[in-house]
Amino acid sequence: MKFTLNGKAAEVKSDGDTPLLYVLRNELGLVGSRFGCGSGQCGACFVLLDGKPIASCDLPLWSVEGKKVTTIEGLGKEGELHPVQKALIAEQAAQCGYCMSGIAVAAVALLNANSRPTEEEIRSALDKNLCRCGSHNRVIKAVMRAAHE
Amino acid sequence: MNKPEHPLPLSDARRLTQRVHFERDGTVSVAAGKVELGQGISTALAQIAADELGVDLSKIRILPASTAYSPDEGVTSGSLSIQDGGKGLRKACAELRALLKKSGAASYWDLELAKDIPGDAPERPAAEYRIVGTNAPRSDLPAKFAGRPSYVHDLVLPGMLHARMVRSAGKLQRLGDAPPGVQVVRDGSFVGLLAEREADAIEAAKKLRAKSRWSAVPEVPADIHAWLQSHAVENNVCKESADAAAKARGVKRLQAEYRKPFIAHGSIGPSCAVARMHGDKLEVWSHTQGIFGLRREIAMVMRLREEHVVVHHLEGAGCYGHNGADDVALDAALLSRFSNGRPVRLQWTREDEFAWEPYGPAMLVALDARLDSGGSIVSWRHDLWSNGHTHRPGRADKPVLLAAGEIEQPFERAPATDPALPAGGAHRNAIPAYDFPDLLVTRHYVRDSVVRGSSLRSLGGFGNVFAIESFMDELAHAAGKDPVAFRLAHLKDPRGRAVIEEAVRRSRDFRKSEGKGQGLGVAKYKNLGAYCAVVAEVEAGHELRVTRLVAAVDVGLPVNPDGVINQIEGGCIQAASWTLKEAWKPGVAGWEDYPILRFSEVPKVEVHLLKNQLPSVGAGECTMGPTAAAIANALHDALGVRCRSLPLTPERIAEAINA
Repeated sequence: MKFTLNGKAAEVKSDGDTPLLYVLRNELGLVGSRFGCGSGQCGACFVLLDGKPIASCDLPLWSVEGKKVTTIEGLGKEGELHPVQKALIAEQAAQCGYCMSGIAVAAVALLNANSRPTEEEIRSALDKNLCRCGSHNRVIKAVMRAAHE
Repeated sequence: MNKPEHPLPLSDARRLTQRVHFERDGTVSVAAGKVELGQGISTALAQIAADELGVDLSKIRILPASTAYSPDEGVTSGSLSIQDGGKGLRKACAELRALLKKSGAASYWDLELAKDIPGDAPERPAAEYRIVGTNAPRSDLPAKFAGRPSYVHDLVLPGMLHARMVRSAGKLQRLGDAPPGVQVVRDGSFVGLLAEREADAIEAAKKLRAKSRWSAVPEVPADIHAWLQSHAVENNVCKESADAAAKARGVKRLQAEYRKPFIAHGSIGPSCAVARMHGDKLEVWSHTQGIFGLRREIAMVMRLREEHVVVHHLEGAGCYGHNGADDVALDAALLSRFSNGRPVRLQWTREDEFAWEPYGPAMLVALDARLDSGGSIVSWRHDLWSNGHTHRPGRADKPVLLAAGEIEQPFERAPATDPALPAGGAHRNAIPAYDFPDLLVTRHYVRDSVVRGSSLRSLGGFGNVFAIESFMDELAHAAGKDPVAFRLAHLKDPRGRAVIEEAVRRSRDFRKSEGKGQGLGVAKYKNLGAYCAVVAEVEAGHELRVTRLVAAVDVGLPVNPDGVINQIEGGCIQAASWTLKEAWKPGVAGWEDYPILRFSEVPKVEVHLLKNQLPSVGAGECTMGPTAAAIANALHDALGVRCRSLPLTPERIAEAINA
């Protein structure tokens, strides 16, 4: 199975029905996408598929063939974190951080589509991502900050 | 033997001193007994160590806790890590500073440490703090935002197998055939399986479950609160100050019952552990809150010598109390007996976590008060019914974890209990902070349980403060008084008054209109920790929305003010989620069955710290009860409806309107 992963060609031999999350975590060593529910209900495993945020925990490998997958590890360029990741750090926008790679991925997708989102648009774009620690308001501030940098 | 809620860390100071290592690369390794739960404790403890030692913050490294080298500081819970763990660390560092001065050595790195340390060195006065009190950024966040390995879930060991559990509440009656390519492990009703590939373990567990049968178990009573009330086995007076003359002055009597459901911890990352057997020795990696208690329990259940078990802490997703972390660790350890020395990584599924974590217990609180002719409270009765709020491993002479009751030679499991007052468990914050002349507070302990419960952020404090602070509003209305003035008239404690006044002052810009309301809730956490007042603003439409929460908090000297604010914000939002939406019931399997507050629903939260130089206390739990009561009081302000059963869903509000 061939696809583009974080800008580079990737080829894996896993069964096509294997959810992408386990291929990323266990075969490709990219553990930044986290397991949360296994059924696309929480957003902890979000990756970008051709630029759109999608749950990787119930996404069969065959469905990404020939497509571009970007994970949290691939958001930045040339060893630098993406402005969204930097802004999240600047706002100290986490407690446990477990949900945050999925949130960062969704926020990057939002800013790619809408470089100056309103607060309401940010809330709406992140509504599929659950955060149990209650870091939501800091995340919103961070996305605003990233949009203005 | 019951272990105390938290062993005195000062008694550990000498041992702890020996656990501050000055490394050859110029850094300082600190083996702390408290673990990182996402609350930022590692950063705050590093601040304390840096200040007391007088070294740069960047040089301090807090090691992940391990039974192999960490001091036993009990469980990381109860908002005590700064209060106790911080105190012990500060003392240890003060010792080292005194030794350095006395020795004349050029630096800590040249210091020859004697085995015996006196333990009487003076600590720096607060006025000399340079790093404590500043917003040092969290040292762990850059790696987390970069997606680097950060959690036990991310641990990879050579030759590691992937495991899943196949569990049911009943006794196993028939085990289906093992799906091809996986190894099924059975020990009594304890069933799990091992596979080379994680996806295979998941699929095989689904198939094995579908083909296996278990005995039926009794249903959970539909009215859990009535069940609790009829099953109390102990009635303990928590506080009594009888004043018959005052009670006789009462001219108006109010009674009300408040109900709190089971609430799930609902960690975003279901529990996970890795275990490896080497002969009769066992190594476990776990996101437990108490590595020593877990070790004790695992050794007991697996009949191993305690010194042959090592438990290493690695972070998990936020737990907010006792979730499935310890259970999954024992599960993984039991499975690792069958893996020929290969490490076993067990990931509970989302369904496992919702089905098996020990929930925050349901509670019933009955209040009964009398007002005198001037509208003052002269008599107050508080009765609460609940299971114990602590069911942590390694504290009793019997095990508590799930698998202990499932294996072929099962253990009788100890019941959940309550830590003693003043902190308390079910009775945490049951004693009101107000000055009432005639007072009786009684805890009705229910030992039997139909649903397993254990510690959830603030324990009984959530239910008790929700009840007390709702009832204070009810009494204020009955007395024809303003709820804020009414509280202040009954409260002498200046720090308590100050947080109320600050929260009210900061929320004065609220403009009331149809369907909008504002309410207040206040408490001193555990009657000995942080003071917290919350003002909630709500809009009651098709459903109740919380639009803004204003919190005023006094935690003494905040070690890291932004860290405190982060905890308060998170606590307010989580409490709002519990209050508006959450009630665990049997059959909950995923987030669709158990909604929590989402980005589009989260209120704005403003936090105001009343800073002072008083001893630092924890911040993580103090908001829970006040937020719940503030929201219920705001709902009443908006619609004139008193809702006494959580959560405040549209159905509950409709019931209250029609009652």
